[in-house]
Amino acid sequence: MKTNFKVFLKGIIDVSPLMIPVVPFGLIFGVLAIDVGFSPLETMGMSLIVFGGASQIVLLQLFSGGASSLVIISSVGAVNSRHLLYGAVVSEHLSDLKLIWKIIISYFLIDQAYAISNDYLKKNKDQNRYFHLVGAGTTCWVIWQSTTFLGIILGAAIPEKLGLSFAVPLTFLALLVNDFRKFINVIVIIVSGFVATLGYNYIPFKAYAIVAGLTGLLVAMILTKMVKTNE
Amino acid sequence: MSNWALIIYCGLITYLTRFSMIALIKKEMFNDRIREVLSYVPSAIFPAIIFPAIFLDSQGSILIADNPKIMAALIATIIGIFSRSIIATIFSGLASYWFIIFVI
Repeated sequence: MKTNFKVFLKGIIDVSPLMIPVVPFGLIFGVLAIDVGFSPLETMGMSLIVFGGASQIVLLQLFSGGASSLVIISSVGAVNSRHLLYGAVVSEHLSDLKLIWKIIISYFLIDQAYAISNDYLKKNKDQNRYFHLVGAGTTCWVIWQSTTFLGIILGAAIPEKLGLSFAVPLTFLALLVNDFRKFINVIVIIVSGFVATLGYNYIPFKAYAIVAGLTGLLVAMILTKMVKTNE
Repeated sequence: MSNWALIIYCGLITYLTRFSMIALIKKEMFNDRIREVLSYVPSAIFPAIIFPAIFLDSQGSILIADNPKIMAALIATIIGIFSRSIIATIFSGLASYWFIIFVI
């Protein structure tokens, strides 16, 4: 069995390539949070407390659009629901962990960390294998906090003319690159996008993200069902 | 609600999702059908952030003509489909956006 530290180190090394896109994401978040009207302390607090890129950007986007707190919180919940599936897969490898470790590891359980550690956990059955997840998670944590901090500092120096807020839709677009090749996904993307855009001014409480998301899921349910009956 | 309360609640819901993932939810709780539908969550929810940010102006009205974001997003999508790279998608989108507004 490898030492705890070696497994931890392996987690750091394995996750490093995945950190490249996190850098601009963190910078953009820091810059935009200040732009939208959060104080530097609140911005740093967001990265420390929430520690989730998609959650934080959704928070900013809806906050700047004047959505109510309840709508913002439930939209963040909706964005997070995508993790439930992957989590159920990872949890198989962590079921014999002590509760206190589950409480700690949960904070670090971001996409990049469990994507990379899932492979390791699958192949490795050592008692200390979850140190891999801790290593990957803390790496993401350090990168996320430091790029947020840099973004806060740079924010003042970046001219508004650059239109950096456009990086928000681009970042989410980038998260969908693998879905553009699948027919049903493309339909779902277009339907949800249209509902959100057309409903932006008409759906009450700025709940457009939730309404569009649910409509998209409904379309996915119908289409996947239709594909099956045709087979 | 104060900004801090909002941040803490958003943090709480994010944390609880992660905690329930590894502590409460078991793989057997999802049948194939639920799993299949859950796999469409990103495609269903991300466009709600993407599309309004591209097609609406700062006042919230739909802007199609003379909107450099549409062309830039289209280029980013095409680059994304072929490269499958997150970073190439973001940078090609930003680069073409800047090219359209500053050069053309």
